[in-house]
Amino acid sequence: MVMINLILILLIGGLLAMLSERISDTMPRKVAMVVVLTDLVYLLLCLSGMPEITQLQAPVANDPSTWLMHFKTDWIPAFGISIELALDGISLLMVLLTLILGAIAISASWTDIVVRKGFFEANLLWSLAGVLGVFMALDLMLFFLFWEVMLIPMYFMIAIWGHENRGYAAMKFFIFTQASGLLMLMSILALVAVNQSATGIWTFSYFDLLNTQMTEQAAHWIMLGFFIAFVVKLPGFPFHTWLPDAHTQAPTAGSVILAGILLKTGAYGLIRFAVPLFPEAALDFSSAAMWLGAAGVVYGAVLAFGQTDFKRLIAYSSVSHMGFVLLGIYAWNELALQGAVMQMVAHGFSTAALFMIAGSLQERLHTRDMREMSGLWQQMPRMGAVAMFFVVASLGLPGLGNFVAEFLVLLGLFQVNIWITVVAATGLITGAAYSLLLMQRSFQGQANQKWVDSGLVDFGTREMLTMAVMIVALIFLGIYPQPVLDAAQPVLQSLLNLTTSPTVAIVEVM
Amino acid sequence: MNATMFSALAPILMLSLTAVVLMIQASIKRDQSVAWVITAVGFLLTLWSASYARDFIQPVTILLEVDHWSLFFTSLILMASLVTLVLSKETFSSEGERKEEYYLLLVLSVLGAVVLIQSSHMVSLLLGMELMGVALYAMIAFPERGQLPLEGAVKYLVLSACASAMLLYGFALIYAATGELSYAGIGARAALAYAENPMLMMAGSAMVLAGIGFKLSVAPFHMWTPDVYEGAPTPVTGFLATVSKSAVFVALSRFYIDGALYQFSGLNTALVVLAIASMLVGNWLALRQKNIKRLLAYSSIAHFGYLLVVLIALTYLEADLVSQSITFYLTAYIVTTLAAFTIVSMVAGEDTAKQNISAFAGLFWSRPLEASALTVAMLSLAGIPLTAGFMAKFFVITVGIQSGLWGLLAVLVIASAIAIYYYLRIIFAMTQSAQSSGNSANWQEKLAAIVLMASILALGSWPQPFIAYAGLL
Repeated sequence: MVMINLILILLIGGLLAMLSERISDTMPRKVAMVVVLTDLVYLLLCLSGMPEITQLQAPVANDPSTWLMHFKTDWIPAFGISIELALDGISLLMVLLTLILGAIAISASWTDIVVRKGFFEANLLWSLAGVLGVFMALDLMLFFLFWEVMLIPMYFMIAIWGHENRGYAAMKFFIFTQASGLLMLMSILALVAVNQSATGIWTFSYFDLLNTQMTEQAAHWIMLGFFIAFVVKLPGFPFHTWLPDAHTQAPTAGSVILAGILLKTGAYGLIRFAVPLFPEAALDFSSAAMWLGAAGVVYGAVLAFGQTDFKRLIAYSSVSHMGFVLLGIYAWNELALQGAVMQMVAHGFSTAALFMIAGSLQERLHTRDMREMSGLWQQMPRMGAVAMFFVVASLGLPGLGNFVAEFLVLLGLFQVNIWITVVAATGLITGAAYSLLLMQRSFQGQANQKWVDSGLVDFGTREMLTMAVMIVALIFLGIYPQPVLDAAQPVLQSLLNLTTSPTVAIVEVM
Repeated sequence: MNATMFSALAPILMLSLTAVVLMIQASIKRDQSVAWVITAVGFLLTLWSASYARDFIQPVTILLEVDHWSLFFTSLILMASLVTLVLSKETFSSEGERKEEYYLLLVLSVLGAVVLIQSSHMVSLLLGMELMGVALYAMIAFPERGQLPLEGAVKYLVLSACASAMLLYGFALIYAATGELSYAGIGARAALAYAENPMLMMAGSAMVLAGIGFKLSVAPFHMWTPDVYEGAPTPVTGFLATVSKSAVFVALSRFYIDGALYQFSGLNTALVVLAIASMLVGNWLALRQKNIKRLLAYSSIAHFGYLLVVLIALTYLEADLVSQSITFYLTAYIVTTLAAFTIVSMVAGEDTAKQNISAFAGLFWSRPLEASALTVAMLSLAGIPLTAGFMAKFFVITVGIQSGLWGLLAVLVIASAIAIYYYLRIIFAMTQSAQSSGNSANWQEKLAAIVLMASILALGSWPQPFIAYAGLL
């Protein structure tokens, strides 16, 4: 029930936030913040009653009783669809990331949103609820439901509070993800139908479907449907084109959630579903997927280098960084997977912070064009310093979270394919180039007289506090990544066991 | 005919009685509100009699087959007709002298639909279809002012007549091939007749398919749809889109299943072509529409394309799952489409300028109830989870996968992806800031909107009871 409550708190909280606008104009954001923090505290309290995460027994992927939490109840028994939620180390990391970044996003919306505040905070909380559902659902139908439904509040956030070209961006975002979602639905139903014809039972449960026996050809096609759906969301090259538009046009809080959390659902889906459900097919496909990942790393970096729009540059850098995640997943060994998980967490923080800085700049300058910015450090030293920190974090400075992640991915990848590693490693260099370019163009150099005259306001206490949370998180991840690695390790190990388990060998013989 | 047969016919008798009472009332004292009340009571009594007839299911002569399936659809279209009735009151109260006739026409049209749903014989099929259609021509042309209703009605009349002619000729050919007019009789002799003279059987059933395809407005028989949808008064459009089309589809499925037509691969290929054309043409042409009623017209073309996939799957699956899917899909379609037209009627009424999508701007802020209901309806038409439309699509895809219709499913995915664009356009328009001053709605209309919205969400989020119920039909 804990997991249901986590989602319900957010759903009901959203409703409260919307209604609280009638009390006072500033009420919704306070209510929303309280709701997210309540959710976070509630989760931590529930966890404190459990064995230390570091001492977790290695869970068995297809045995829910070894997971941290498991909940199951019937929903549509006619088709074997149930409400099945479960939590293991990776889901837990993602849920924590979601709630922390959710609080950060609310802080980002504090002064950014000026109209219809109640409805905005409601949408924000509802999309968080959907994301939590995605990270916890283990009935494939329920997973699909959360996967689709989390988009609707996000769509509203872009369409109502977005910037000048919001209609186009919101539409593109929705169509890309919905169309790929339909592919996933087809794949899910095909997988279930294959399983049903073999066993005679309708079931959508992850645990039952893990051992579905199917022909090689069927596995390839079904796997591809999942892969495309997840890679669109990730986004991986060449399905990334919705991302720059959506991220650029979304309000700051929307960008934070999009980049920080929503993209991770794609990576999570790959780790949880696309590979373990089809180990054989995924193995055959892995080198293609890794080349796509490497292409994403390089292509994203090159495009980021060419941008003049502050937010668009960060958006393309996300494409590059998520390329590492794709690489890490399809290298499919422990080091690389650890790196991918680490990247999901670290990238969540660093990009969220950069988007917040972009949002603050837009709020003050009313432009995102870097050609109009210059020498902003002089007037806003605090913002400049913070930006410097996150830029170097994002380019992978040793000692910060992103470095650990990318290093682990490359290390694991090296054992699998040297050439791809070489190509991907160039991403680190180009990453440094565009990151520093961002810093130089906006904060360094000759101060633009226009901004000197208008008198810009530096970061205040609220903004510095929010940034501090993320700075601490990244430093912590950089110098002491062990807790994250420990939380993920048993799960990853069990997934690795699953793909090399005897059942696979039997299929091979058959 | 014995007494239990009359009990089985209770819905039809009750509707006929309502029509008679309405005529008597009009000859005594002309009053719109009295006519409205009589019709409403008549519909409610018919609804009750449909559940009463459940204890007496049997074939009534060779013409009608009263079974659970047909009684379910009878109840469903009666509920849809009640919504139409609620919407009609406001719409037609501004008309001139002769507005009582509208209610008479509505009752007759519903009567035709019920006959159509229960038909098990080509004669009753034709009777029902014509009764429903002829009353509809007059309903479409009912508003006195404006040319659009008249244009729509004439278009519908002329093309309907062509379709009926096709249908009749098809019946004649099938009769020539099999010597039978009842579905079951055809089903029993179809294979033999086909072996003797394949051309006759194929030509006959293809012509029947074309005639019915016209009424369902599947591509390429869809030309009349947008003009009639736009021209007809909004409640009538809603009625046409839901009651008329669903009744025809039910009749088609019975004909197809009982007449064992699914065994002919040539006919199946024809259905595949119709389905693909409808899905693509409907969604493609909807993209550029500005008038919301025209947009919904194209959307309904696409939806019947999706539904045809289920009929095609009949060749590979047992009829149970297929009829269950049809039940769910049509229910979801009726509820969703009716919700959409209810909102259009509440917000835009008969004003063509207000039916423009851009005129819906700002609806979220000026009329949140209507905007939410329309959003839910659009998401349901687009097939987003938690709505009835998603579960309906779930059925179609499940049935398609089990039959291995991969090509059709690929088209379905592409078509659905295209469709998201135009449904979202409406939602997007409503979220934008603008002053919009819609018509005021009365409480019955608001109630209808809330009930329909709740049903869409209930069917989508907790479908188990309904699936279990539909499985027993």
